[in-house]
Amino acid sequence: MQIQPILAALRRHRLASILIALEIALACAVLCNACFLIVSRVQQTHVISGVDENALAAMKLTGYDPTKGVDLNARVLDGLAKLPGVQSVSVINQVPFGDHAGTAGITTDADGKHFGGVVDLYVGGPGSFKALGVQMVAGSVPQAADYQPIHQFVPDDSAVWVTRALAEHLWPGADPLGKEFWSDKLHFRVVGVLAHLARPYGGEGGPNTIEWSVFVPAQPGAQLAGMYLLRADPAQLPRVLRDARAAMATIAPDTVIDSKASQTIGSLRANYFRQDRVMAGILVGVIAALLLVTALGIVGLASFWVQQRRRQIGIRRALGASRGDILSYFQTENFLIVTFGIGLGMLLAFALNLLLMTHYELPRLPLYYLPVGALILWGLGQLAVLGPALRAAAVPPVVATRSV
Amino acid sequence: MFAYYLDLALRSLRRNKVLTTLMVLALALGIGATITTLTVLKLLSGDPLPQKSAQLFYPQLDPYPKDQPFSRSGKKLPWLMSYIDAMNLLHARKAERQAVMALSQVKLTPQGQGGKPFYADGVLTTSDFFPMFDAPFQYGAGWGSTDDESRAQVVVIAGFLNDKLFGGANSVGRTIRIEDHDFRIIGVLRPWAPQPRFYAVHLGGRDYGKGEAVFMPLQSVRADGMTPNTVMSYGPEHTDMQHLETAQSIWLGLWVQLSSADEAPAYKLFLGNYAQQQVALGRFQLSRVGLWDLMSWLRNEQVVPDDVRLQAGMALGFLLICVVNTVGLLLAKCLRRSREIGVRRALGASRGAIFLQFMVEAGIVGVAGGVLGLGFAELGLWGIRHQPAQYASLAHLDLSMFLFTFVVALVSSLVAGLLPAWRACVVAPAPQLKAS
Repeated sequence: MQIQPILAALRRHRLASILIALEIALACAVLCNACFLIVSRVQQTHVISGVDENALAAMKLTGYDPTKGVDLNARVLDGLAKLPGVQSVSVINQVPFGDHAGTAGITTDADGKHFGGVVDLYVGGPGSFKALGVQMVAGSVPQAADYQPIHQFVPDDSAVWVTRALAEHLWPGADPLGKEFWSDKLHFRVVGVLAHLARPYGGEGGPNTIEWSVFVPAQPGAQLAGMYLLRADPAQLPRVLRDARAAMATIAPDTVIDSKASQTIGSLRANYFRQDRVMAGILVGVIAALLLVTALGIVGLASFWVQQRRRQIGIRRALGASRGDILSYFQTENFLIVTFGIGLGMLLAFALNLLLMTHYELPRLPLYYLPVGALILWGLGQLAVLGPALRAAAVPPVVATRSV
Repeated sequence: MFAYYLDLALRSLRRNKVLTTLMVLALALGIGATITTLTVLKLLSGDPLPQKSAQLFYPQLDPYPKDQPFSRSGKKLPWLMSYIDAMNLLHARKAERQAVMALSQVKLTPQGQGGKPFYADGVLTTSDFFPMFDAPFQYGAGWGSTDDESRAQVVVIAGFLNDKLFGGANSVGRTIRIEDHDFRIIGVLRPWAPQPRFYAVHLGGRDYGKGEAVFMPLQSVRADGMTPNTVMSYGPEHTDMQHLETAQSIWLGLWVQLSSADEAPAYKLFLGNYAQQQVALGRFQLSRVGLWDLMSWLRNEQVVPDDVRLQAGMALGFLLICVVNTVGLLLAKCLRRSREIGVRRALGASRGAIFLQFMVEAGIVGVAGGVLGLGFAELGLWGIRHQPAQYASLAHLDLSMFLFTFVVALVSSLVAGLLPAWRACVVAPAPQLKAS
């Protein structure tokens, strides 16, 4: 296929060609950045919580007399354990994707000089560690003696389990077992390392802090009451949770169930990422509409060109050009215009990315998005021009002999 | 003449239905997306109290220690005030009106048998709150400053709560139980929820959506032991929630109404003097202060969610592509009609006449795109109302956006029509006539 005559013909349609190329360039810039936004949104929703999400549900009670937490715990633990299908019920202060209840700034020295970051403390009563189903990397499971009474927020001096990610942040390269940290006067000693445990709200301090969690065993009491962790067979969990909520009317009539927080961890997770999924959906819609409009533009202009050149096509056919020649002429023409547009579009994509980076917390656009975007647009161009090109190929040679 | 162009344009558009449909559809998609997102953006960045906002100001003080500032950069002033400072400024009465406020989740127990307790949002505030924010009363009125000082157990309830508990009847004088204390209803508000929820921004409330259910005198409910949603400590100790009044904690928002914006410098001077006094007393280490008018405060705190601005940007980009697309298609149409233009020119039509004719044609495409785009926008807003966002229920097209749709449609189609129309009017008639 000779490119020279195509270029010569394009020069006659400079304005229209530039318009299509410009449209492709704009589409390329938006496409690359929108795809990047979608991928980063979807990635955010893939947080590993580290717990058995399918088997766990949270039950949060409010409105009770804060001094009667011990009594409430006893009633709820006893009452819920009797429900059919409940494998275990325990007291915990917070669950992944639920509300924060144990956020604390920590230091790696007793004087409070070396700030370690803001972490989330999962304070759990007996049975909660096993119920969560967290995977251990080092150390052993909490023993009965590890569950100490709380005077203020957490036990004064506790043996704790930290995630691998937090250990690596606090003591890079070192063995975390036996290491200590402080929060004001509260002292913590690491006795175990967890593979994963996401904090309740996925990492406010940036995506890297999502797993800055600590498990603190403690005795339930006035300071640790009202939030319960239910474990049941995944298939039965929704029914168990329904029964548990209904049972509260008799077990603890003096309380109000926090419906938003009393759900399976699975639904808490779904709610938590709903906004991200909606935004990703909107972006997919924008991309679809964008590609549609771009394709419509190409179809429109290509049809016009085909109609305008009917005579020339007829002459070429009469001079011996095959249908395939005509078809490939229009395909190649489109390829050239789109390529020109993509070249400009890549620059625009980067400019748009820079603009987005200054306004939103967004990383730089990875380079591999550009060839992917280019491939999509090339494909789109070829598909869009196919219809008009086939119509061109169908022009009979006899057209050449007619005067208009 | 215009009617003639209109007729010509309609004829031309009818001649090539596919191309016309493509143009209108593409433009309508772009307009629909733009209007949908701009409606949401306008809604979210709107003025919550248009008649009052220029007079309302939000003062800020900084009780934080120098080496442990409120924000990591040290530049931002604390969002809230301690009880002592808020009360000092309140009692100084340097502004026309002033009120301190905090939000709290409170347990409401309906009177009578079998009433199930439920939680609702409450505002803990002082007497000037209602006149300052122009809160409209259906029944009764707000409380006075004497009620604040005497810790009266009174409450103003929102219309929706009155409907729920009393079936919308005049409930003034009746009692409701809040956090196990009896409160006498002295006022019922009409539906009232300025958007954005400017006074709730840093008090642990929602930025948008439904308003609060109950409004109670701050000092009364504090005496009953109710605690605010948001408390931030600036001292070394953990905050003792029972003694918030003396704790080194910030948890109150203070709004003041000045007689006009011209009074702002004087009030800021007063604030500065107050802060310097506190530095002299050893309570503060920093004497810097802030005073924001309502709209600058909302802008500075970036209340509008990032996602919404991103969506609006995306939609504008999309509209740009649609306009470029329309330019291309209009150009194709007008080039195809070179001969017709040649004939018209030869018969005496001026360049201006040809230009106008093609602009009218572009305008018709724009109006059609606007009508269809309006449909798309309604569809888009319907989609947004089913989103899990705080502002979802507010997403409706108002009259100004309805008109704006056609402005956008006309402007974008006329801009798109400029280039094709210019190309059409510079067609030289002679070669075109010769060719046939």
